[in-house]
Amino acid sequence: MLDHTPTQVVERSALRINPANTCQPIGAMYAALGIHRCLPYSHGSQGCCSYHRSHLTRHFKDPVMAATSSFTEGASVFGGQPNLLQGLSTVFTTYKPDVVAVNTTCLSETIGDDIPQIVGQAQTDGIIPDGKYVIHANTPSYAGTHVTGFSNMCVAMAKYFAKPIETKPKATDKPWVNIVPGWVEPSDMREIRRITEALGMKATLFPDTAGVLDSPQTGHFEMYPSGGVTIEELQNLGRAQATLALGQWASREAAIEVENRAYVPREVLDLPIGIGATDRFLECLRFRGGVIPKSIEEERGRLVDFIVDTQQHFYNKKVAIAGDPDQVIALTEFCRDLGMIPVHVLTGNQGKAFTRKVTQVLGDKAAGTHIEQKGDMFLLHQLIKNEPVDLLLGNTYGKYIARAEDLPFVRVGWPILDRVGHSYLTTVGYTGAIQLGSKMLDALLDRRDRDAADPKFELVL
Amino acid sequence: SPDPSAVISDLVTSYPPKVMRKRRRHIIVNDPQEPDQIEANARSVPGIITTRGCCYAGCKGVVLGPVSDIVHIVHGPVGCSYYAWMTRRNQSGNSVDTNGVPNYINYAFTTDLTEHEIIFGGEKKLMQAIREANEIFHPKAIAVFSTCPVGLIGDDVHAVAALAKAELGINVFGFSCEGYKGVSQSAGHHIANNGLFKNVVGTEDLPEEELTNPFRINLLGEYNIGGDAFELERVFEKCGFDLVSTFSGNAQYSDLAHAQEANLNVVMCHRSINYMAEMMETKYGIPWLQVNFIGAESTAKSLRKIARYFGDEDLIARVEQVIAEEMAELEPIRQDVRSRTQGKTVMLYVGGSRAHHYQALFADIGMPTVAAGYEFAHRDDYEGSRVTPTIKMDADSRNIEELSVSADPDEFRARKTTEELLALEAGGLKFADYEGMMPEMAKDALVIDDISHHELEVLIEYYKPALICSGIKDKYVVEKMGVPCKQLHNYDYGGPYAGFQGAVNFYQEIDRVVNAAVWRFITPPWAKQTA
Repeated sequence: MLDHTPTQVVERSALRINPANTCQPIGAMYAALGIHRCLPYSHGSQGCCSYHRSHLTRHFKDPVMAATSSFTEGASVFGGQPNLLQGLSTVFTTYKPDVVAVNTTCLSETIGDDIPQIVGQAQTDGIIPDGKYVIHANTPSYAGTHVTGFSNMCVAMAKYFAKPIETKPKATDKPWVNIVPGWVEPSDMREIRRITEALGMKATLFPDTAGVLDSPQTGHFEMYPSGGVTIEELQNLGRAQATLALGQWASREAAIEVENRAYVPREVLDLPIGIGATDRFLECLRFRGGVIPKSIEEERGRLVDFIVDTQQHFYNKKVAIAGDPDQVIALTEFCRDLGMIPVHVLTGNQGKAFTRKVTQVLGDKAAGTHIEQKGDMFLLHQLIKNEPVDLLLGNTYGKYIARAEDLPFVRVGWPILDRVGHSYLTTVGYTGAIQLGSKMLDALLDRRDRDAADPKFELVL
Repeated sequence: SPDPSAVISDLVTSYPPKVMRKRRRHIIVNDPQEPDQIEANARSVPGIITTRGCCYAGCKGVVLGPVSDIVHIVHGPVGCSYYAWMTRRNQSGNSVDTNGVPNYINYAFTTDLTEHEIIFGGEKKLMQAIREANEIFHPKAIAVFSTCPVGLIGDDVHAVAALAKAELGINVFGFSCEGYKGVSQSAGHHIANNGLFKNVVGTEDLPEEELTNPFRINLLGEYNIGGDAFELERVFEKCGFDLVSTFSGNAQYSDLAHAQEANLNVVMCHRSINYMAEMMETKYGIPWLQVNFIGAESTAKSLRKIARYFGDEDLIARVEQVIAEEMAELEPIRQDVRSRTQGKTVMLYVGGSRAHHYQALFADIGMPTVAAGYEFAHRDDYEGSRVTPTIKMDADSRNIEELSVSADPDEFRARKTTEELLALEAGGLKFADYEGMMPEMAKDALVIDDISHHELEVLIEYYKPALICSGIKDKYVVEKMGVPCKQLHNYDYGGPYAGFQGAVNFYQEIDRVVNAAVWRFITPPWAKQTA
């Protein structure tokens, strides 16, 4: 497995091998699916749209709908306006969405198609029915990553719908927050809502893919499932007391956009994965008027109990963590809090901010850690060959490294293409931390059981 | 079964009028005696929700990707390389440990273009990437694949490849397979065929001692999904055929480089590789036969075809013995499965070949095909080679290069005399001929080209088939409707399904799929009680 990966790391300036990230539009597609009755739309040649739908489907094991402009060579030279006009006409006539969320690809970005101008033309031509919307985000594949694309489509939601609202909530109204949950599973979005509502608060999550990409089997296909943030909710973003952006890379820009357009203050938090980050999330909600109920405090207590009970298994275990920056930062903190040593911490996104943030999270443990931004899985493998670890945390692509180096491996993040259930279980909040911690413990102890000589093979651990 | 003309009107009525007229030409009520003319290989309607992919996918993803000892560098932003990274299940048995051949199948290589290169050009970065790949991996060959923006910004991948070839002393060649070319994956197949034919085929010779077996064949258009080619390699060896190369499942660079040493080309996937078969016949004199190794009956028929071509009595006897042995093993399983699948209807919507080939496997277990279609096949794949001369090239495909090929003065060697070929044809062998899907389908079955999401939904409502075969994007849509869906691109991570052992795998898998207990649980008991 991966026999041609040499231990020696040679500086590469041009060749990317086994990327740790993919391109923008797929993130925009995922975000758009978190709007109720929205059809994502890819303005480019149709290969992108098929790839993005396929890859999201492989992760969620659920239908992923999206349409495309199906560029031909002619359109690629003379511009894609006729394609987008025809596409919107077909989509509204046949599939009847309430919103079409257009993303772009490297093709339409390189030729410079002006989406607002074309959508304006569609408006003039009567292609967009009354009460229906077309929103767009520019998502050039040659800048940023899939996380950038997700962020850009979240910004578009705020840009098209958020507006100042004068009528302020009454003192008797429930405290109200907007939450940009970041690129997490539908189950995570559901959990974030559950926690917020348990504190007696009202939450507008955008996007919200719960009920869209984890829809039940009923014997009927719903092109637009029950989930997703509604247009009305997006139009009312201005009513909230604050917008909480969970994850700097995926969510901050959207919260800023709401602040600029609707004068709702923003607060940027880490993804609430692990104990510290969940504590901070709850403290923030409390500051915004939430009351922490006994039930949530008990959940926290069970998590602390779990950590007490498992200290000896995690203590000083070396871990490598790879994935999207918001996840990796939160996971790094959780591993540190469990007593582990994060040895390699890598993301495909570019930015010194990542290195700074991970360094800050690790504190006195940072000195011995390889922190890589704009890294790839080939580099991660080389780093692990040079300095082995006891556990690897990452998406499905990590399994090749895990097999090559015979490492315990826990799938976390996106995409997970080779297991089912991750979109139903959660990794956020105190409950999610127990589920994730339990998976990590299983991986470590399964290894211990497998490797132990017969006399050392224990009944109780 | 429903009235097909009523179905057709419902398939297209909810489109805008112009789209309705266009889509109507892609839908045919079948008559096997007189297949009607279908519109195919035309551009997809924007917004219609097609399942099609692009030219790059057809070139890199399908044809070249399976060649395991070439470093395939995707020149473009990161996505195209990422999505084609191990998602198509073309397996490779090669390894440095067992046969000294490197295997890069688990790696994805890309120039990961950024804004800087989109503005200033990406040729320098490509050259540097090729050098880095050579330094780290020492491959025998490097292939470069263009993606959408490369054509627009004017990077010349062929010029860079030629420079790199001269500098590094290994074969480096490029493919202009930008995603917007043609109308589907199909353009990419053609571009891949041309590139392989120009840059690889015929560049190496087999040593004399490897030319002792006269029954040398190439298997064209077989990509070893789920191990299909492994099973066919087993069967061929048992029969006594010498497999020179497979295009391109479980293939190495050298296999393709000395493919001209075969005496017969057998073609599995007509759509993706017929260009290669035609060009090799013209340049080297190697005839080609269409085969189908999907289904036990059709595998037996195809093996007999090959044996008859070589005409050797011992070979023919050995092939008959192999068929008898394999069939004896398979027959009880087939009968058992058939008792639970007989009469259950199926619909197939797969790429450019399997929607036809798998009808034979379903026939083995008594399951009739009521509707079928391709994503990106051409009219000849639907109606048969006889319509090839009447196919009109449209503006969207005109820019795909057609190589002009002639007999090679040194290498051309007619494998059979004209008399021999005529005698074989009189005996029923059809050379350079594909009969197409429609003549083999039942009367009144529906044939739909480039099916849309909307049309798929309407069809399921009308026919309520026992099973639909399609791909990953359709699978969960179909299953949410309570209808099982078997993926015939990736086999739902099972396989092999080709050959005799593959047929057994498939029978058992279909039995599991159509008779699974879970479908009974969809409606909750309380909902049943109130109904």
